[in-house]
Amino acid sequence: MLKFVIRRLLLLVPILFGLSVLLFVWLRALPGGPAQALLGERATADSVARIEELYGLNEPWYVQYWKFVSAAVQLDFGNSAHTNRPVTEEMLRTFPATIELAVAALVFAIGIGIPLGYFAARKYGSWLDNLSVSGSLLGVAVPVFFLAYILKYVFSVRLGWFPTHGRDDPRMDAEHPTGLYVLDGILTGNLEASWDALVHLVLPAVALGSIPLAIIVRITRASVLDVVHEDYVRTAEAKGLWERTITRRHVLRNALLPVVTVIGLQAGLLFSGAILTETVFAFDGVGQFIYEAISTRDYAVLQGFILVIAAMYVVVNLLVDVSYGLIDPRVRVR
Amino acid sequence: MSLSEIEAATESEQVEQAAGNLRREAWRRLRRDPVAIVGFCLIAFFVLVALLAPLLAPYAPDAQPGRGMITPTNIPGPSAQHWFGLDASGRDELSRVIHGARQSLLVGVVSMLLGMIGGLTLGVLAGAFGGTVDSVVMRIVDVMLSIPGLLMAIAIAALLGASLTSVMIAIAIVNVPVFARLLRGQMLAQRGSDYVLAARSLGVRRRSIVFGHILPNSISPVIVQATLTLATAIIEAAALSFLGLGSADPRVPEWGRMLADTQRYLASAPHLALFPGLAIVVAALGFTMLGERLREAIDPKYRR
Amino acid sequence: MSVSISEARGPLLDVRDLSVAFTRKGSPDVRAVDGVTFTVSPGETVGLVGESGSGKSVTSLAVMGLLPPRGVRVGGQVLFDSDDLLTLPRDRMRDIRGRDIAMVFQDPMSSLNPVVPIGVQVAEVLERHQDLKGEPARRGAEDLLARVGIPDPRRRLKEYPHQLSGGMRQRALIAMALACKPRLLIADEPTTALDVTIQAQIIELLKELVQDTGASLVMITHDLGIVAGLCDTVHVMYSGRVVESAGRRELFAEPHHPYTGGLLASVPRLDAPRGAPLHPIPGSPTDVLQWSDGCAFAPRCPNRIEPCTGGPPPLESIGGRSLRCLNPLTESEEVPA
Repeated sequence: MLKFVIRRLLLLVPILFGLSVLLFVWLRALPGGPAQALLGERATADSVARIEELYGLNEPWYVQYWKFVSAAVQLDFGNSAHTNRPVTEEMLRTFPATIELAVAALVFAIGIGIPLGYFAARKYGSWLDNLSVSGSLLGVAVPVFFLAYILKYVFSVRLGWFPTHGRDDPRMDAEHPTGLYVLDGILTGNLEASWDALVHLVLPAVALGSIPLAIIVRITRASVLDVVHEDYVRTAEAKGLWERTITRRHVLRNALLPVVTVIGLQAGLLFSGAILTETVFAFDGVGQFIYEAISTRDYAVLQGFILVIAAMYVVVNLLVDVSYGLIDPRVRVR
Repeated sequence: MSLSEIEAATESEQVEQAAGNLRREAWRRLRRDPVAIVGFCLIAFFVLVALLAPLLAPYAPDAQPGRGMITPTNIPGPSAQHWFGLDASGRDELSRVIHGARQSLLVGVVSMLLGMIGGLTLGVLAGAFGGTVDSVVMRIVDVMLSIPGLLMAIAIAALLGASLTSVMIAIAIVNVPVFARLLRGQMLAQRGSDYVLAARSLGVRRRSIVFGHILPNSISPVIVQATLTLATAIIEAAALSFLGLGSADPRVPEWGRMLADTQRYLASAPHLALFPGLAIVVAALGFTMLGERLREAIDPKYRR
Repeated sequence: MSVSISEARGPLLDVRDLSVAFTRKGSPDVRAVDGVTFTVSPGETVGLVGESGSGKSVTSLAVMGLLPPRGVRVGGQVLFDSDDLLTLPRDRMRDIRGRDIAMVFQDPMSSLNPVVPIGVQVAEVLERHQDLKGEPARRGAEDLLARVGIPDPRRRLKEYPHQLSGGMRQRALIAMALACKPRLLIADEPTTALDVTIQAQIIELLKELVQDTGASLVMITHDLGIVAGLCDTVHVMYSGRVVESAGRRELFAEPHHPYTGGLLASVPRLDAPRGAPLHPIPGSPTDVLQWSDGCAFAPRCPNRIEPCTGGPPPLESIGGRSLRCLNPLTESEEVPA
């Protein structure tokens, strides 16, 4: 098992290396070069030269690459051209928000997706099955931002059940030691703030979780349909086991293997998906910040955020691989 | 030709014949599948609207027939005159949605084709040569897949500046590794198959095995992927445009930007969000439905 | 095994006129089993013999109540302890399965759950039917593994199916089947997926265990060698019906149905002269006639006569054996050698 993990870790090295090269080249390929990119469109030749001097952009490319990598390893991505604060600081501010949102979206997608997929398969051909199949087709075809609009219009604007935007009520006087507002409320004993943050999370989380939900339903259903026809399920039936034992031990334990992979992949994608959700709900997280960075051409921010999100995506995939090894004994020995 | 060679040759023919039968069977299955038919109809509707946009649209996309009717507090909704209502600049929403189909179809098809060509080239290189070429190509593919697609599209579109071309290129690049991995996997699977071994034992040259046998037999999953990619390309294009990375010209009607522009008016003029949104859903759903059923028809593994 | 005593107590399993049809919307029903009747006495070993598609496996699944709930129509009666298993409530049937009737399947790899340790898969039968829990169940599982000849059972308990050899897996499956000392064991081609050298060991093991526990055994196979070494009574099936039933000795010495004769003749014999041709049955099991139109074997039958294709041949009993044939083999042509 340890060998398996180490081998997976080693596979990370070339990917992270490639990633850093890609982003290094990307920033230098920007129109006008990185100095222009940092200064914005109204930069004078003089100030460009100064910036190039300051950031060492006139040094040979390998020196620049080395500096870039060693800074990145220390999580130093320079300053935001827009807010003028270190990119790392902006990350610390925005990541907890999006992590909270992503967790909520995932809880929603898994909590509904797995039971729905399971019952759809067990009631193969029923109205529930048809509903979940068409729902999962629709789920991937509806753009997240459009769904976010619909949710916002129906449940916030019309019905007034949920707030239209933000992470909390600005009148709420709350402390935020972790930046995860729901957790903060619990930690500081301010349950009202927790509830407020939770209510703000609902619509963005549903919108963000819609695609993972559709995919989890589909994979769970297909996987359960496969497994219930396996010989070992027939063996379990032949033993006269209770239905719930068969479901838990023989059907689900096998059927959920591919679902775990898919959940991992989808979890990794939530951070980029958040760009489209957070903008609609003015949810002050990574996505909203990246959106602003795009419109203000804040390339230092984009570079740092893309690198970190991609690295997180890779690491999440690694964790999925490893956890797969934990639940499937066949993978472990290989 | 020795007896065993003749047997090998007939066997490889039989396998390919079987593949042909499978394709006919898939086609027969598809023609009876209501989901596939609905998907096909949605696609046909979408493509027709896109092609005939100038004939169908009552107004030019940038005309402002209702300029006088717009006030900050009132954007007229659907009426007999303007079926989909007016937008905030007094333009006819229906005409813009219809013309938007053109942009959407264009971006979808071009970016899918570019991505497919790029991916197939890499995949054939990796699958046909194997060894070092294969590892290098696959490492590149791994790195590309390590960046979430939307994020990569954003990075590329930001790099190339806001234009329709950069949206197409960005989405194409995102799709390259998908096609590359798919085709390589197909080729590896087929390289070990009996009929390829048979052809090789007969001394058929590598190039003609690759182009004469392996590629044609790998085409079905590629077609499926292409159909599904059209759906995601349309959605991704809308997303980029929604984020302000679409065409630099605000007069060009793009569904994604139309949705972004309407954000401020969501409470007062929800029709402005509804129609472009539904348009994206119709187009994407058509390709998704057909693509999924195509996959099920071709590959029995996905049936049920 | 004394047949007369067991007959006095009546049969353990009494299958009467069993029929199974697979139904699909838009296409005609497929009759997989058609009016099959046989009995199994306590302690008796019965062979169900036939090619693939003859309905022998479907028969066993019907007895076990393991046919899919939808798309299947089952008729007739399956009497066990004078209960009709076909009409028993689902939960009653669950109590019987694994405790009174157990089954060993064909492919030991796919019949074991790949992600659950062997020990758990054996112990769960004890937990379900004998109310054992925890340590006693584990120890029971260990004993069972030892009993079916798996070396170092304590270690094997924690292992997963892929860590065991094919023969070991089949032994583990047999251990699960015998966990509650069932009175009836159904073995569906238990050796087909195994190496030839292992096959004999598994058959030996089954024979031994059945003798020790006094269980009845229904052996489903296409291998006449297994039948010859194991079964008291043999039922030969073709295309969903029993075509010939007889005691083992009588059947081998004097096959009456041309299909039985063909099966026996197609077994290569060591005492045949070198270079003597093999005698395969011509045609394939797919060349069948509907039983309603005549004898299903007629298209492949060397003894076919006009009336064979004129209507279904009846199953007739003659001197303790039964036969479904209008023109049976005579003594001189029994086994063309």
